[in-house]
Amino acid sequence: MDKERVSQDYVAEVLDTCLKAGRLMIEGGSETYRVEDTMMRIARNAGIAGARCFTTPTGIFMSLGEHSYTQVTQVKKRNINLELVDRVNELSREFAAKEITLKELQERLKQVSISIPDFPIWLQIIGAAILSPTLMVLFMDDYDWIDFPAAAVIGGVSYALYLAIKRYTNIRFLAEMVTAIFMGIITILTCKIFPKLVVDNILIGSLMTLVPGVAITNALRDLFGGDLLSGMARTTEAILTAIALGGGIGIAIKLLWGVM
Amino acid sequence: MPFWLEIIINIVFAWLASVGFGLIINVPHRALFLCGISGSAGWILYWLANRIGVGRLGSNLLGALCVGILGLVFARIKKCPVTVFNIPGVVPLVPGVPAYQAVRAMVEGQLSDAEDLILRVAIVTIAIAMGFMLAQLIGEIFFKKRQNRKNKKNLV
Repeated sequence: MDKERVSQDYVAEVLDTCLKAGRLMIEGGSETYRVEDTMMRIARNAGIAGARCFTTPTGIFMSLGEHSYTQVTQVKKRNINLELVDRVNELSREFAAKEITLKELQERLKQVSISIPDFPIWLQIIGAAILSPTLMVLFMDDYDWIDFPAAAVIGGVSYALYLAIKRYTNIRFLAEMVTAIFMGIITILTCKIFPKLVVDNILIGSLMTLVPGVAITNALRDLFGGDLLSGMARTTEAILTAIALGGGIGIAIKLLWGVM
Repeated sequence: MPFWLEIIINIVFAWLASVGFGLIINVPHRALFLCGISGSAGWILYWLANRIGVGRLGSNLLGALCVGILGLVFARIKKCPVTVFNIPGVVPLVPGVPAYQAVRAMVEGQLSDAEDLILRVAIVTIAIAMGFMLAQLIGEIFFKKRQNRKNKKNLV
């Protein structure tokens, strides 16, 4: 009797750990098949056969076959943080190689979820400032060095604004739209002051920091992999982000083009 | 501008763009350099293919295929998930220009132009996804033999 109870506690613990790992991976922006694979692997390595799970971008269901345990977890926030995916993957691999025990795995997952490993914010802004002008040159293919510094500054500043807005609001797509409006206005004003600059080039470059390329890639990956539900959910998310960006830019252009 | 200089600029800028995006989405430190490599390899292949006139779908497919295969190889070297290399690597291929132009056309009220451009975005996106799927297929065929041998060894 006592032994059975211990084993039931153990099973509950395994289920908890699997769900936590899966939730962290979805929050980090992993593909669905990888999330399911990692969760099943943790369950198998913990010595439980016949686990089943069903993963969507907003929630995970998992049941452990022979034992009558099923649990659900919600995924509230999703941003892209590949370091998180990599950490969880690493921990699962260490657990598979029996380098850490289940208790340690749980402890480490908790640590990762509390202090999410992140590049410092200034480095992210510098990343945006590098990305915008280089992509502008690549895309336009006409090597205009006049727009280069302008695109760098506007890309960096608007990404900083995006991060700041995202910290204060829970409404999805609002940060993207406000940033796009700001980006459009600041670009058009800069081009009024320095008439040699080209509005389209700068906007294309700096918008690339916010374009949902990752979401679309992941969505198609899921759709082709057979996870139709998560594929559709992610496609919708990507399309809504694109609409927010396009709408913001459109509003800015309409407003200022009319005035000036 | 001489041709070799153009190639160098393209390679370096594609590397910088991929690493810049890697900084934004928090790629693990040890993978950052190789992310840039896969980005610039994919972009230069796309650029050259576009130059010889392979066409939009074909050159995007080639670029994405290159990124996907390099991602598989790098993932084995660095022991990271493949996504870590694929997402920053594909950034230069993302159809940002037609997407922007579509919005622009829509704002100016030229809806039929906007439709054309949106269709172009869809085609490029599908080409990229097909490239990734092909890369995975090749990877599975190539690595399966080794995996089988390993499994047999483990069983014995």
